[in-house]
Amino acid sequence: MSKLLELKNISKIYGELHALDNVSLTVDKGEWIAIMGPSGSGKSTMMNIIGCMDKATSGQVIFDGKDISKESRRKLTEFHRDKIGLVFQQFHLINYLNAVENVMVAQYYHSMPDEKEALEALERVGLKDRAKHLPSQLSGGEQQRVCIARAIINSPELILADEPTGNLDEANENIVLDIFHQLHREGTSLVVVTHDDEVGLEAQRIVRLEHGKITSDKKNDNFHE
Amino acid sequence: MFFRMVRGTFARQWKKMLMIAVTVALGASIATAMLNVMLDVGDKINEELKTYGSNITVIPQSEAVISKLYDVENNDVQTEYIEEEKIGELMTIFWANNITDFAPVNDTLAELNGTEVTLVGSWFDHHLEFKKKGTVYQRDTGLTNLRSWWDITEGEMLDEQKHSENCAMVGVQLAAEQNIRSGDTVTVECSGRTKQLEVVGIFESGDDEDNYIYTTLDCEQELSGCGDMMKKVEVSAITSPDDELAVKAARNPSLLSGDEYDLWYCTAYVSSICFQIQEAIPEASASAVRQIADSEGKILEKTQLLMTLITVLSLFGATLGISNLVTSGVMERSQELALLKAVGATNGEVTLLVLTEIMITSVIGAAAGYFLGFAFAQVIGQSVFSSAVEMSGMAAFIVIVLIIAVTLVGSIPAIRMLMRLRPSEVLHGGH
Repeated sequence: MSKLLELKNISKIYGELHALDNVSLTVDKGEWIAIMGPSGSGKSTMMNIIGCMDKATSGQVIFDGKDISKESRRKLTEFHRDKIGLVFQQFHLINYLNAVENVMVAQYYHSMPDEKEALEALERVGLKDRAKHLPSQLSGGEQQRVCIARAIINSPELILADEPTGNLDEANENIVLDIFHQLHREGTSLVVVTHDDEVGLEAQRIVRLEHGKITSDKKNDNFHE
Repeated sequence: MFFRMVRGTFARQWKKMLMIAVTVALGASIATAMLNVMLDVGDKINEELKTYGSNITVIPQSEAVISKLYDVENNDVQTEYIEEEKIGELMTIFWANNITDFAPVNDTLAELNGTEVTLVGSWFDHHLEFKKKGTVYQRDTGLTNLRSWWDITEGEMLDEQKHSENCAMVGVQLAAEQNIRSGDTVTVECSGRTKQLEVVGIFESGDDEDNYIYTTLDCEQELSGCGDMMKKVEVSAITSPDDELAVKAARNPSLLSGDEYDLWYCTAYVSSICFQIQEAIPEASASAVRQIADSEGKILEKTQLLMTLITVLSLFGATLGISNLVTSGVMERSQELALLKAVGATNGEVTLLVLTEIMITSVIGAAAGYFLGFAFAQVIGQSVFSSAVEMSGMAAFIVIVLIIAVTLVGSIPAIRMLMRLRPSEVLHGGH
């Protein structure tokens, strides 16, 4: 399997704090990995660097063979919107836009908004019939599914999910994980940041972080499609 | 999608947008009022100053030379005159419509009941006709308006279309000294000629004229024996305030370049009107009454400075208001704006969205402010100058430019904050 993402000796330093300390990590194309660790271990920092939303203090980020660690913020934004889809713990939907419009926002800043395609993305997450509902009219699970539809609308190579089930009940957690499995089967790479063991165990590979260092990086033998 | 998001902001943040619109409207209204008044105030002040008499004096060329050489204002032994028939030329010059009134002023020494007095002959609502190249120019003119400040204490103002030529008006001091009342007949002697004049009114001028007798020009010419000649003509004209070009031209019009000359000639500067009068009556010398012209310039300068300061202060206030409102709006929306960046919007695209929202709000506020300001300008016009202020296209253009500038400058702190907004900090938090 070819490499999609490669972090080489990445450090992120905030004053005295080493949020990431000389971390190296590889994600293959189509791979699903879980990044786990306690609060303050550097999970979100790693996600921000992978998602091109932050720059490392030192080290290299190589995405699809291209070193993006020295790119300008504008270039990183362009790179990020073409290659990466983001899923947030708090969903972050625009509350005055309905579900389909929230999906179309990502299309608008990527290329051209297309309601038909946006509806198809909602259909993939089982929400086509709720397309015209505002976020306030949707449950937490439904909002997270809209967030996933928004993340996949531009066919990214990598889905980055930050605690995607953190605010969901068990039933909705299972729905979201089923969608992740479906995306994985379709060949999409997934990096899921979580501190929930059950969610972590759904991934092919589990990377554990502590105090900004990778303490373990193991294949999940129990992984099943 | 873009306008759907803009609409969404208006629906959700309508109170904030309304506050921005009101702030812009207030700034725009004051700027509109001040600019409209400022652009119209030249004519208004000019009209006001016209009530203080003439602003141009026309005298024979040779008398002007003597006056300049010996620095005297009144030459008691005047020997040169302007022919009465030439005065109609004033109605033919390029700026004829700006000449509101003109009248000859022939003063001579006469005897009244054994006392030497100044007798002045002039026109009072005189009907003047002048033919030139087949065109007949006519108008009623005279001292009636040129001495609008006279207080008629007894009787009425002399009117040539109503009274005979042997009528007179007597200054209040002379009337008191000689015990003259309106309706009396007085005997005036000059150069061995005597005339009986009927006093139709007593006037108070507040200056030396209170000791004068005013009569018709024909009467004075008969008494002094100067024929159809005029010593001096007072002209009241609506002029544009002097600027650098006018000052340069006043020194010597031949120093102007071709374009400058055309601009000067076609602008109603007092100097260009004087120049044109001299062109029309070559044997005459026309000069500005500097007190009037200078007062006009100084009043205008100070009024415009005051209005400029008020405009600048109001726009500065609007800028601060906009700055606070837009910045707090961006802070409230930081999560939404960070999300747009997270889904791929560049700084420029998010800035464009926010600026579009603010600009639409500003345009609405500016439109309301413009009409409010124009109404305010009318209030100023009516209360200060007793006349309406004209709507100026130039003022509208300047207000638009100023409001765009104020909105953009007021938005700078918010835009800077927007640029620094990091999705990683706003959406995730923590490390």
